[in-house]
Amino acid sequence: MTVTSEDFKTAYKPTWCPGCGNFGIWMALKEALAKLGIGPSDGIVVYGVGCHGNMYDWMNMYGFVGLHGRTLPVAQGIKLANHSLPVIVVSGDGDGLGEGGNHFLHAAKRNPDITVILHDNQLYSLTTGQASPTAKPGFKTKSTPKGVFDAPVNPLLLSIASGATFVARAFSGNLPHLIGLMVEAVNHKGFAVLDVMQPCVTFDKEHTYDWFRQRLYQLESEGYVPDNKLKAMEKAMEWGDRIPYGILYKEQKPTSEDHESAFTAGPLVKQPLENIDLEEVLKEFI
Amino acid sequence: MSAGTMLSRAFSRIGYHVLTTNEYPSLIRGGHNLITTRISSKYFESLNKDLHILVALNKETVNLHKSELTEGSVVLYDPKDYEWKTEEFSVPVVLMGVPLTELVTQFKGPPVMRNTVALGATIAVLGAPLETLSEVIHDQFKDKKQAIIDGNIAIAKAGYDYIIEHYKDKTSMHLAPSAKREPHLVLYASEAVGLGALKAGLKFAAIYPMTPINALIAFLADHAEKMNIVYKQPEDEISGINMAIGASMAGVRSMVATSGGGFALMVEGVALSGMLEVPIVIDLGMRVGPATGMPTWTEQGELQMVIHAGHGEFPRIVLAPSDGAEAYSMTIEAFQLADYYQVPVFLLTDKYMNESQWCAPLSLFKKDVAINRGKVADESKLPADGSFKRYSVTEDGISPRSFPGMKNGVYFANAYEHNEQGYVSDDPTNRTVMAGKRLKKLETMKKDMRGPSVYGDRNADITFVSWGSSRGPVIDAIEILKNKGIPSRLVHFTWMYPFPAELTQTLLGNSKRIIDVEQNATGQLAALIREHTGIEIKEKILKFDGRPFYPEDIAEKVRNI
Repeated sequence: MTVTSEDFKTAYKPTWCPGCGNFGIWMALKEALAKLGIGPSDGIVVYGVGCHGNMYDWMNMYGFVGLHGRTLPVAQGIKLANHSLPVIVVSGDGDGLGEGGNHFLHAAKRNPDITVILHDNQLYSLTTGQASPTAKPGFKTKSTPKGVFDAPVNPLLLSIASGATFVARAFSGNLPHLIGLMVEAVNHKGFAVLDVMQPCVTFDKEHTYDWFRQRLYQLESEGYVPDNKLKAMEKAMEWGDRIPYGILYKEQKPTSEDHESAFTAGPLVKQPLENIDLEEVLKEFI
Repeated sequence: MSAGTMLSRAFSRIGYHVLTTNEYPSLIRGGHNLITTRISSKYFESLNKDLHILVALNKETVNLHKSELTEGSVVLYDPKDYEWKTEEFSVPVVLMGVPLTELVTQFKGPPVMRNTVALGATIAVLGAPLETLSEVIHDQFKDKKQAIIDGNIAIAKAGYDYIIEHYKDKTSMHLAPSAKREPHLVLYASEAVGLGALKAGLKFAAIYPMTPINALIAFLADHAEKMNIVYKQPEDEISGINMAIGASMAGVRSMVATSGGGFALMVEGVALSGMLEVPIVIDLGMRVGPATGMPTWTEQGELQMVIHAGHGEFPRIVLAPSDGAEAYSMTIEAFQLADYYQVPVFLLTDKYMNESQWCAPLSLFKKDVAINRGKVADESKLPADGSFKRYSVTEDGISPRSFPGMKNGVYFANAYEHNEQGYVSDDPTNRTVMAGKRLKKLETMKKDMRGPSVYGDRNADITFVSWGSSRGPVIDAIEILKNKGIPSRLVHFTWMYPFPAELTQTLLGNSKRIIDVEQNATGQLAALIREHTGIEIKEKILKFDGRPFYPEDIAEKVRNI
């Protein structure tokens, strides 16, 4: 049966502000899933807490709406319980890199076959606009009236350094490009991070759609080949008049699941629980 | 495997009841490490104070334990460490110098094998056949080269022969003959938890290292391949519980284990499990707190914490096994209850239990378990119109679960308050109904609720109350008191929460003298009993120095109070 973006419709209407960058990500995700043939029952989205996380109400697909910052542990648990299931994480820069920062780098180093869509707007918007870990120096927010002092967390650099095997920057204002990246990210076997630039139209009058459009350039159009870690790190640090987007880094490595010998008998969830034979194990204790 | 394990297994194999504890400071090497083994032809429940043989691998050990020796105790030592003289002891002891280091060197073993010489010597002092020990050594090293097995046995034999040759007439420690019995396992309670989890169909565990549950990690990691399970080491306890909840939501039986400090980090996950109605088993091995406390010592300090842990109101079950055998059976029970009620279920163990080796009959572990997963949706019967209600309001408060991947079972496991399908809702009527639905399970659980067990003289005027691992010393204290003509009984709790108030009221309501025995400073069980029954227990024997109770101390206190 073919999957269309209509299959993901629910009776609920989005509560995001008109023009919110989350709309583009949501629409792209539905289109990407349709292209991939992953229907509402075929996979699961694990949502963080923040504006991004409210997506589940209007996204008809198995969903896990957990606690702030904990998307990645939950997603890894689900993936290990049923490694045949596509697992997509919808997280934000505050959720995934603030409260969830430690989980982020440890998930990357394990390389589970999970796709992370990071809604990145430098803000905690659901709590009315405080600075997030990715907020750039000088950015004035409700929690930083004199501008941010700290160095920002760079999700791309962090991902590459921690062992993620697919690292890309995307823009919620370029839907066809975003859909393409999502399809590639989900198809990638390993930990895929998609850092999506997503303007907050309510609490950020600086980083607007136009601000990004004036600066973003596509890596692929400049002949960039995403197979070198050091070059990828260089690109990850480029931020200013020119901001690169597209795939920065990609490699094939065994996934977290590849190391689990238990999976030779199929996904854990399909394995029987009855009549577990302890005979051999018991002998060790006599 | 420690020398204590080999000694215990050797005697268990020839029909003796054994119990071994392990005490050490939080250091890998050095400091004073102590293994205590009690061996008896009769069944017993705890370690007692009688010290019959002191095996000292250094001078400090003798100095530290001199005062515990009684007339006729054997002190086994290496004269190279220090030449002990009988006048240095306040009671007449039998000194047995054994050149541990020299014998190891003679057999070209590494210095750490002084242990094995001492083990062979101990077997000789107790008058047991060397073959029993040789067989245990053989089984222990069966995957190694024959030369290693032979080397170990030869070194043990050297210790054995030395005693026979030099002290044969001085050994008065010969044990009463043992009766033939079925094979017994000798295992840490942590390993019993692991075996119970496997038997119950555990498929996923995420456990961050922490004393005293490290033996469970080793057990699960060692058996992951053979038993088709996944053990994952998470980056912290927060991740651990969230991973396990994720795996459980996806359909497999999952657990975490930790101690108090790690559990403090997990608390948000307990509330998450409560809200999502995702089953989870949490093994909390209590140790001395607060904060880092005394990491390698025992306490029962977290009863009130686990009953109240997690923000908001939701049902949970708390079980507290008393020994290795119960650690096995209650772990199975915990998984069954977690699935059936879709709630977090706690196993309250502790350092004393988890790192002591208990003797338990093989037949216990061979009993069949009928797995009951509770209300799991039948995929073929899920409605095609998308109307499946994961959180449907039911009479017993329990709703059917679908697992991701099941066709037509789509829902949101939602940490926000939600409606029957999982959509977010802050409607006041929905909130009242859903909170009520979850809490309804507290009523439903009554059919599985277990009242306290009664031990000793049921008509006695003295009633002890205890929970978890304090049972052993109290039961042995009852025996001591009985021999002195003082009848007593024990009302012992292993099902801690929801609290069995009516059953407790029935058992304690007319008691003349109740004495609360707990390994904490505030009497947490006594507080729980008062909260739910109104019965105030004024007499308390509380111990919070990190060491388990001795039955003699409990008996003595009863006579003095």
